[in-house]
Amino acid sequence: MHTHKFSLKKFSYTFIIVLLIWYGFTTSIQPAEIITGIIISLLIALISVKNFNCCDPILITPSHILYFIQYFFVFIGALIKANFDVARRVISPNLPINPGIVTFETKLTNDFAKMVLANSITLTPGTLMVDVIKNNFYVHWIDVTTEDPKEVYKEIAAPFENILLKIYN
Amino acid sequence: MEIIHNILTYLGLGFILLGSVFLFLGALGIYRMPDLYNRLQAGTKASTLGAMSVVLGIGLLQPDWLIKLIIIILFIGFANPLSSHALARASYRAGIKPFFKKDIDAYANAVEKQLKKIRKKLQKLSN
Repeated sequence: MHTHKFSLKKFSYTFIIVLLIWYGFTTSIQPAEIITGIIISLLIALISVKNFNCCDPILITPSHILYFIQYFFVFIGALIKANFDVARRVISPNLPINPGIVTFETKLTNDFAKMVLANSITLTPGTLMVDVIKNNFYVHWIDVTTEDPKEVYKEIAAPFENILLKIYN
Repeated sequence: MEIIHNILTYLGLGFILLGSVFLFLGALGIYRMPDLYNRLQAGTKASTLGAMSVVLGIGLLQPDWLIKLIIIILFIGFANPLSSHALARASYRAGIKPFFKKDIDAYANAVEKQLKKIRKKLQKLSN
C-alpha cells in the first residue's frame, strides 16, 4: 500500500482535505482569506502528498457514509464505556488488574483502516495498542481473560473490524 | 431565543464538568497504576474523552467557535491514541518491562525475532 508516487487524484484529495480544514479554522468568506487558504493548501499538499495515504482506495458511496455513522456510534459507546471502566478500576481500593500483552491477526489490508482499528482499540475498555507487525496486532490488555488469538480477536477487535471490512474490502 | 441560549449554557457547563471529572479520574489513574503501560491506559482514555468533552462544552457556550472546536476534537481523537501507542512501543523496545501478575507476553517473541534479523544484517555489514 506504500505507493510513493505522485498522482493527481491523490494530490486533489490531499488538497481538498487541507483546504476544508483551513476553512473550518478561519470560517470567513473574505477574498484575501480564501486566496491565502488556496495558496497555503497547495503548498502543504505538495509537501505532504507522498505520505498521505488515507483516502485513495475507496470510493465514497451512500452505504459507506451509513457505515461511517454506525462506526462513529459504536466507537463513542466504547469510549464512554472505557472511561467508566478506568474509573471503576482506579477508584476501587484493591486495584483489580491482571495485565498482559496478547496478540491477534487482522484481516484488514489497507494501512489507513489498520490505523483506525488500532486507534479504536486503544480507546476501548482496558486495551492499549503496543505494536503492529504486518498483520499481527500486539495489545496490552489490563485484565486478560484469554490468550488464544481467536478469542482475543472476538473480544477486542470484532465489533470494529466487521464494519471496517465492509468499508475497505 | 433566550430559552435556547440558557439550555445551551447549562449543557455546555455540564459537558465541561463531566470532562473535568474524567480528567481528574485519569490523573488519579496515572498516580495509582503500577507501571508505565497501565498508566498509559488510564491516561489515554480519560484524557481523550475528558478533553473532547471540555472542548465540546466550550463550543456550546460559544456557538460561533463550534466548527473550529469540532476540528480540534477530531484532532484529539486521532492524535491521543497515536501518541500513546508510540510511547508504549518505544518504551517496550527501550527495555521497560511491563508489570505482570501472570507472565502473559506475546510481544516478547516478536521483538526478539526482529532484533535477530537486525543483528544478522549488522553482522553481514561488519563482515
